[in-house]
Parts: sequence; C-alpha cells; structure tokens
Amino acid sequence: MDITALTSRRFLVPGLITLTVLATLPLYGSLYTVILITTILMYIILAVSWVIFSGPTGYMSLASAAFFGVGIYTAAVLMPNTGQLLPLPVVVAIAGLISGLLAVLVGALTLRLRGIYFAIFTFGLVEIIKQVLLYWEFEVTHTRGRFVVLVDNDTVFYIMLGIFVALMLTVYFIRRSKFGLALQSIGENEEAAAHTGINVTMVKVITFGISAIFMGAAGAIMATRWTYIDPYIAFNPLFSFMPVLMAIFGGMGQLYGPVIGAAIFAYLQETLQTTFPYYYMLIFGIVLVVAILYLPNGIVGLIQKLIQRWRKGGSAEQNANT
Amino acid sequence: MQILEGEGVTKYFGGLAAVSKVDFHVDQGEIAGLIGPNGAGKTTLFNLISAALVPKPGTIRFKGEKITGLKPHKICRLGLARTFQEVKIFSNMTVLENVLLGSLFGCSTGMSSADASREAEELLEFVGLSAVRTTPAKDLTLVNQKRIEVARALATKPELLMLDELMAGLNPAEVAQAMELVTRIRDKGITIFMIEHVMKAIMSVCDRIMVLHHGEKIAEGTPQEIAISKKVVEVYLGE
Repeated sequence: MDITALTSRRFLVPGLITLTVLATLPLYGSLYTVILITTILMYIILAVSWVIFSGPTGYMSLASAAFFGVGIYTAAVLMPNTGQLLPLPVVVAIAGLISGLLAVLVGALTLRLRGIYFAIFTFGLVEIIKQVLLYWEFEVTHTRGRFVVLVDNDTVFYIMLGIFVALMLTVYFIRRSKFGLALQSIGENEEAAAHTGINVTMVKVITFGISAIFMGAAGAIMATRWTYIDPYIAFNPLFSFMPVLMAIFGGMGQLYGPVIGAAIFAYLQETLQTTFPYYYMLIFGIVLVVAILYLPNGIVGLIQKLIQRWRKGGSAEQNANT
Repeated sequence: MQILEGEGVTKYFGGLAAVSKVDFHVDQGEIAGLIGPNGAGKTTLFNLISAALVPKPGTIRFKGEKITGLKPHKICRLGLARTFQEVKIFSNMTVLENVLLGSLFGCSTGMSSADASREAEELLEFVGLSAVRTTPAKDLTLVNQKRIEVARALATKPELLMLDELMAGLNPAEVAQAMELVTRIRDKGITIFMIEHVMKAIMSVCDRIMVLHHGEKIAEGTPQEIAISKKVVEVYLGE
C-alpha cells in the first residue's frame, strides 16, 4: 500500500504537467501538431485498452479492430454529413457503450477458449463484422461507405484527450482495487483463482467490456476526423495488431509502458512515412524486429535497466573514493 | 452428521471410467483419508467434488445441499476449499497477496480490505510464513508453496478442507510438520478430507479411510481395519 501511494505521488506531478501541456496545445501548437498528437493519443488509447484486459489475464485479444470499428460505424450512423442526430459527446459515449456491450456478449461466449484459439476467434470477429457490413451495404442499402460530419480539429483533440484521461484513471483504479488483484490472479493461474472463490468468467467478461468501451469511443471520434469511412477503413486489421505491438514495444510491466510504446511507435510511423515514403515499412519492420529480439521488457524495461546500472555505477564510484 | 456425501458419483474419460459409482461421505469434524494406487481416481474424485469436473451421473451434497452443477467459485464460497496435487499458486504475486485473495473473494459475506489483510496475516502466522510475506510466491521452496496453498484455502473460511497430497515430495521432518499442521487445522473445527500416499502420515492422523482402486471404492474403515483388510493389501502388494 505504501509503495502504491509513493509511486502515485511520484507520477502525480509529471502527470499533471503533461496534462497541462497537452490541454493548452491548441493555443500554441500548429495544426499539424494538434492532428499528430490526436493520432498518437488514439494509438495510446488502443494500446492501453488492450493491455487492460490482455496484460494481466494473458488472453491475447485481436478484437481491437472490431471494437474500434464498431465505434467508427456508430458515429457514422448517428452523425451522417446530411445532418447530425445527436451531440458529439453523446455519440462518443453511445459508441463506447455499444462496443462494450458487444465485448461482453462476445466475451461471455468465447472467453472459455484459451491461447491461440481465443486469438484466432477474436481476429475472426473483425472479419465477420466487416463482411456482414459489406453484405449489408451491397445488398440492402446499395451504398458504399458513409460520410461523417466534419468536426473541427481542436474539438476532436479535446475529446480524444478526455477519453485518454478517463482511461488512465480507470486503469489506475483497476490496478489498485481488489478487482485488479483478481484479474492478475486469473493470468497467474485461472484454475486456482476459480477455486479461491473468484468468479473468473465475470471478472474476464467485465474487463473485456471495459477495454472495448474506450476503443469504441476512440473510434467514434476518429470517424469525424476521417469524414469518409467504409468497412475496409473501419475494420482495418492493423488496428488489431498495432496495439499489441505497441504494448510489447513499450513494455507491459508498468502502467506507463504501453503509453510510451504507443507514443514512440505512432510518432515513428508518422515521421518515417513522411521522410522515407518508400522505405518506411522496411525501416519500421527492422525497428520492430530489433525491439522484440533485444528488448524483452520493452522500452520501459530498458530504461529501468539503464537507471539501475547507472545507480550501481554511481555507488561503486563513491565506494572507490572513500 | 455428514458434511459431505456422494451418491453413485461417476466420471468417464472417453470409454474409461475414472470414477465409477462411488458412494462416499465425510462426517463433520473428522479427518477422512482417501488412498489408492496411482490412477485409482482419487484426484478425479476431488475434482468432481470441487466442480473442476462435473459427475455424470451422480450427486454430491454439501451440508445437505446438492452442489453438483455449481461453478467452482460458488462451491468455494459455500465453505468447501481445496489444495492441488501440483501446487497452483499465483507465482508472481507475494505470499501475502496469494492469501489475501482467499480472504477477499472466498466467502459469501463481504469483508473490508483492512479485515481481509489482518486475517491473511494471521493465517500466514498460523502456517509459519510470516517471515516471507512480501516474497514473490515463486521464490519459495516446495514445502512453503504448499503452505501458501493451505493458507489461501483457509482464508476462504472453509468448513471442509480438501488436501490433495499435501505431503508428496516432502522430507521426513517436513512430513512431521505437515501432519502437525493438519491436526491444528482440525482443532480449529474444520473438517478435513485428504488424499495421501505417505502411509505413516495417513494412518496416524485419519479417523477414517476410504480406498479407491480402478475408480471403485473397495474398502472403508478405521486405519486399523484398512491395514489388515485383505483386499487393500492385495491391491497394494499384489496377490
């Protein structure tokens, strides 16, 4: 308990400073910066939401793109460019809830699957929804894609920031609660957890639902940035793989691991794409392979190791002097 | 009074009857033993009682109430806790957290986290693990990991505790300590049902013993009766 209190205080000040810098960004930042940070925040939200469930339980979910896409489509239906039906924050909330409900439903049916089977099923979910929507648009509505109301960049940015803050608070409270402890025990040994009185199915389903809420909300707000969406854009499988890679790249041991991982990853992607349009995928791939081979605990693990070495080196020097 | 009773409990794995039409009971307050050669179906029977597996057919009653078909966490909250043959601890959590989970989730009546940690600390004292309470569970020796399991099971406030080979892999001194622990648990008023291969241990602590062989119950009685039973001797030593 003392340790958590200590770490929370240690992160409170840097956290608040970062938040202030971000909250005032549209006042001094260029339009490009605001849009870039919005994209980075979106990836952070996807990665951290993924870690909420898959981190402690060890269930590898590839359904992120499905929940993200459902959020995108919800926004497209509720805010077509022909006329907005509901205010933006309400739409974002509804999108989150629909994604969350979908996750609860899917989770209740499939969370008995373990390992690779769960991963394959969740990935299949993305394809199923995409194909159903394609069929629907082709056969029933006879349209292709949808246009979404254009929202100004600052509003998109602030709503994304709001989702990010809500997400980080949720993660923080889950980690500190007895619910979080139960979640972790499921990853350690699910059978023992069940025989210790933990309703493992319920804990897993609820957590899966919570993680999907944030993915759906992020999808809804991104839809207004993209303005045109179709099933291929909304249910792009990259949004299932990216969060996993970002979380592994950043390191999942700490709360801020996936945040840092996603931020660096998203920034790298953006800059490489603009500076080396032809070689960007190649460079990106090499960076990824090197990270997975040599950074088993991610960027955060590397930093912790360096700090430890530096401290040890420091004290050795002191000993030598005395 | 019978705290646990089973009627015609059966479990097939494919065509093989791992447990076949077993009637059994455990009396309130006793230490009941379950023995039998390897593959006799002892652990399967434990799994059926704790709902890791579901009997088909057969019914199991706990405190007079039918528990077949309930989920494992429900059975735990009713007051029936167990340990495992191969230790199943939460390896990367501390010893205290392992036990705390039992206090927090194991009983139907809610408990404040302050009470839960106090209780977990007391149980660590009871099994003799107070000194290592902040150590990750995976860093402990086998005997201490088994103690974590016992403390975690006790934290769920059971009326009946099922111990699956608590003494397997322990040296003679550790077996003696484990036997002493078992009697101390019974003295708390908790009924015990245990599977054991260490004969010395089971003969000296149990009030009553059941013998399984090829999934069927072949004998039942006091340790003295079991020791001289012709059938049991045949099964263990051959005809």
